[in-house]
Amino acid sequence: MTVPTALDARFRDAAAAEGLLDVAYDLVDTPVGQLLVAVTDRGLCEIQYDPEPEREAEELARIFGVRVLRSPRPTDETRRQLDEYFARRRRDFDLPIDLRLAREFGRTVLAELARVPYGELTTYGALAAKAGRPRAARAVGTVMNRNPVPIVLPCHRVVGSTGALTGYGGGLDRKRTLLELEGSLPAA
Amino acid sequence: MMELVSVPPFERFYEENSGLVLAQLRRMLGRQAAEDAFQETFLRALRAYPTLKHGRHLRAWALTIARNVAIDGLRKPRADGSLPELTAEDSPSPHAELEHLTDELPPTERAAVVLRYGYDLPYADIADALGSTEDAARQAASSGVRRLRKRRTE
Repeated sequence: MTVPTALDARFRDAAAAEGLLDVAYDLVDTPVGQLLVAVTDRGLCEIQYDPEPEREAEELARIFGVRVLRSPRPTDETRRQLDEYFARRRRDFDLPIDLRLAREFGRTVLAELARVPYGELTTYGALAAKAGRPRAARAVGTVMNRNPVPIVLPCHRVVGSTGALTGYGGGLDRKRTLLELEGSLPAA
Repeated sequence: MMELVSVPPFERFYEENSGLVLAQLRRMLGRQAAEDAFQETFLRALRAYPTLKHGRHLRAWALTIARNVAIDGLRKPRADGSLPELTAEDSPSPHAELEHLTDELPPTERAAVVLRYGYDLPYADIADALGSTEDAARQAASSGVRRLRKRRTE
């Protein structure tokens, strides 16, 4: 038997409202494709490109606890801010972020990354220096690649020392799209 | 060696069992009351979920919680003294009739009689539902039946 949509939605809302979830997630449509957005009681913990929800739920359960449920309400604020960002009505995200998916050095680097302003670019080397390890440009590249919350923590604003876009976890096309949106690359 | 089955994310547990649970609740309670019981069932499951040690028998576990919730619903005295409503598609049903007949039994006996003779559940399941042993469930049902017989002959 299929559970009627309204009844299903009511349960998913109630589960979140009663504070019973380790992670609530939902799928969000954006100009750079569908994203999986996951939220804990501490904040936004993941944004994933090209989501595979079943596999991702397993991964989230392993890290945060087994009560992982698709539940739109807790992700509403993230969705709203993403919509505004893509409509060019928002430059900075104002969201609590749960960085438990990142490791220690990663957290330091991501904290520095968060300060790179809208419309500007920095380099892996510069970010490494700011994080206190000037020679760790390559490690910073790895941290960017594993950034649990791309777009919101703007790893798309980090480029190679020659200005080449270098790489992006979501693919270079998306990096280009985001930078064009922010006006730091001329539109193709 | 026993295979280690880990507890799946709640999402998967819910997707795999929600339809079955709703079907069972509708059989027991009727369409309307089943909706509230459905939500309560999965909220209870969610509260208990982190305490699960492994992922075996999750379907039976879900159905047991659903039965517990349904029985709580049946036991709960209604303000107007009526029984949980049953929609047309659910009646006429043996359990509806039994529920009328068993109105005056003590709650445990009533639940045992209704589940045994109205829903045809095995005593193991009734024991789960009542949170008692199988023997206690059997005793509750038979003393319920005795009480009904006695009342009829009075």
